[in-house]
Amino acid sequence: MKLYIRATGNISPQKTFGHPAFLADPVEHSGNRLNCIEPDYKTIIDIKLIRRMSRIIKMGVAAAMECLQEAAIAVPDAIVTGTAYGCLEDTGVFLTKMVEQKEELLAPTAFIQSTHNTVGAQIALMLHCNGYNNVFVHRGFSFESALLDAMMLLNEGEAGNVLVGGIDEITNASHTILSRFGLYKNEPGSNLQLFEKNSKGTIAGEGAAFFLLSGQPVQNDCVTLDALSTFYKPVDDDETISHIESFLSAYSISAADIDLVITGRNGDLKTDSVYDQVMQSVFADKESVNFKHLCGEYPTAVSFALWMAANIIKSGILPTVLNSNGAAVKQIKKILIYNHSQNIHHSLLLVSAC
Amino acid sequence: MDKLIQDLKVQIIAQLNLQDVKPEDIGDDQPLFVEGLGLDSIDALELIVLLQQQYKIKLSNAEDGPKVFQSVKTMAEYITQHQPQNS
Amino acid sequence: MNAPVFIAGIGAISAIGNNAAECLTALENGEAGMGEMRYLHSMHGKTLPVAEVKLSNEALAQRLGLAAVISRTAMLSLMAAKEALEDAAIPDWKSLRTGLISATTVGGMDRTELFYEDFLADHTKGKLRDVVHHECGYISELVADELGIRNYVSTISTACSSSANSIFYGARMIKNNLLDVVVAGGTDALTKFTVNGFNTLMILDHEFCKPFDENRRGLNLGEGAGYVVLVSERVAASLKNVPGCRLSGYCNANDAYHQTASSPEGTGSYLAMKGALEKAGLQITDIDYINLHGTGTQNNDIAEGTAIMRLFDPLFPKMSSTKSFTGHTLGASGGLEAVFSVLAIREKMIYPNLRLQTPMNDMPFVPETSLVKNAAVNHVLSNSFGFGGNCSSLIFSKT
Repeated sequence: MKLYIRATGNISPQKTFGHPAFLADPVEHSGNRLNCIEPDYKTIIDIKLIRRMSRIIKMGVAAAMECLQEAAIAVPDAIVTGTAYGCLEDTGVFLTKMVEQKEELLAPTAFIQSTHNTVGAQIALMLHCNGYNNVFVHRGFSFESALLDAMMLLNEGEAGNVLVGGIDEITNASHTILSRFGLYKNEPGSNLQLFEKNSKGTIAGEGAAFFLLSGQPVQNDCVTLDALSTFYKPVDDDETISHIESFLSAYSISAADIDLVITGRNGDLKTDSVYDQVMQSVFADKESVNFKHLCGEYPTAVSFALWMAANIIKSGILPTVLNSNGAAVKQIKKILIYNHSQNIHHSLLLVSAC
Repeated sequence: MDKLIQDLKVQIIAQLNLQDVKPEDIGDDQPLFVEGLGLDSIDALELIVLLQQQYKIKLSNAEDGPKVFQSVKTMAEYITQHQPQNS
Repeated sequence: MNAPVFIAGIGAISAIGNNAAECLTALENGEAGMGEMRYLHSMHGKTLPVAEVKLSNEALAQRLGLAAVISRTAMLSLMAAKEALEDAAIPDWKSLRTGLISATTVGGMDRTELFYEDFLADHTKGKLRDVVHHECGYISELVADELGIRNYVSTISTACSSSANSIFYGARMIKNNLLDVVVAGGTDALTKFTVNGFNTLMILDHEFCKPFDENRRGLNLGEGAGYVVLVSERVAASLKNVPGCRLSGYCNANDAYHQTASSPEGTGSYLAMKGALEKAGLQITDIDYINLHGTGTQNNDIAEGTAIMRLFDPLFPKMSSTKSFTGHTLGASGGLEAVFSVLAIREKMIYPNLRLQTPMNDMPFVPETSLVKNAAVNHVLSNSFGFGGNCSSLIFSKT
């Protein structure tokens, strides 16, 4: 079943919120932590509600609201979100107070706001949406699981439209802890030169990207999500390639039908090698671009890629900051996104022009 | 009592993160819940923590909340009545 | 899309038993699992009764044959998921498209909170192995990897409705012909984080909880894990033991009223139960037993009761809250109570709602206070309602 991406809303480390020209003015970050460029939330969210919202909730709510406004839908039929880390700031606040105050005199707000379903629940609350509401919290599959749930709902006829989002944040504590696992570059330089480094590690990112998916097109719909596939812990690159070939065959497409491949390279020499293998074998001579130099690496980063793919098709523009690998830029009608997270969670998304 | 009422207004604003409210905006007798400031059940729990942290008073029955927290004035009266002597 | 989904196996671990059979014995004998905190070390150990699984982390690791202790949440999950898969006895399941859809609210927090004590004092301190499995999804992967499930793994976290949602997400993946077998359910271990968190909400009973009692004072926190193995019709037909039960109805609705409180009319609960009945194609009179969400809090029980009144009045089925036995196991409750629902059908049994002395004034029905045996239990409605307004109901039907 064809699913239409009617609208998007995205808060990211780039100027993506508030309808600026599509990636026309790239933001350069130095350091290995890319923080989101955030709007003044007071102009978007009722001040009475804001007081309890931590940053990630504001990000999610604002991105969701922009998406719904663009779709001209007041209340979606269903809301499905994906977040691997959940609400880290409030989790950290409650944990810290619990330890420092030795479990005494603790206040409830941080605890209530720390649960993974808070963003999805807050959106439902604000919109008085009684419809289906689900939250996936599975590492590098969190957003893909949410997308699959939405796709199934639409296929089943349980919903006419679904608001789907991928959200993750960085906090000081989380960045410190993740850095201790050796995930990030020690000398990152500029994010815009991420792929020139040839070194270990990547750069951390965060974001909130929402999509309004619909089973029935309306006049202005021009982007479809045709297929989604995930695979878990392939034993080697051959298995990865085999999965990708099976995916293409299952949807009766050949590599020749794909106009652009968006890959999830993140600048880490070791984990990026599989993208080289895939491009050389399955997609030789195909135009490809990356996205993580713009948004950084985080479990739901593929939601940024989907936002990018939808906007490439909608605008007909391939922004120069994507440093296309040089293959001729013709009209882009079919995009394949291939992303993996730590070579554990692999996903393929096929996006087309209507 | 006046100083206590003033202090309470500042503390309430801080505890509940009422970003756009100044102490002079809160009337002494103004209802805090439902109408007036429009606080809810989570705020009531936060005020219970405030009572304990700032005034060492433990409200062990959450159901007493609506009476005690009706307004800043009723809160101040309750504190005056129940505050431990060695404060 | 209307293909039936069968329950081929069940697995459970809770305060009342280390496997499904032990849990059933306790339910039959009216033996609740609450008591003084024994395994978790918290300031509130002496004042708050909890319902812990009666095994230390070391004992769990030993039973599972693990070299070292990992997150308790993962170990509880593995105990129950493994039992369910073995119970299903699917010949050569690895050749089928098999998935694990798990659920949890705490993830690896039981170990993270230990890490944080050292980390806060000095950011270079704290054992990384205590925080490596913090994420909810990591807990599921520890289990998937141990069991050898690779085709699809995911995790849901919607507060107390988490594992009800994972069960019917798994069922829908079978109906959409994406998988043949799904191990679905959830897990949560008791942690200081949740004990303290719920304590700030002042909804914990300092005595053993009494769900649906007029004088109820709150819930008791519990821990555990519950999983069912869902299979397609084709797989069901290949099994030696014909599945006695299928998942016939399900619905997820949102109360959209308040972050933690349920609406007085029980809107989300009402919509979830009604939707599940419609999905199952059943009438209210078809339901033989409601396994209530029944936490014992003032708010949940009146909201749930009101929703039941709106939907069933005056034809109320028998009902009870098994949280009066197991405590509130949060992310595991949907899965655990799914197992109890399947057992109710199999054993023709309706469990009692313990410690109910004074029925609620506002309710025209009273949950069962004694065990009912030799009952005609053909359809069971299981409720799971959580924070964030996340409400889900499942219906299990005899085949």
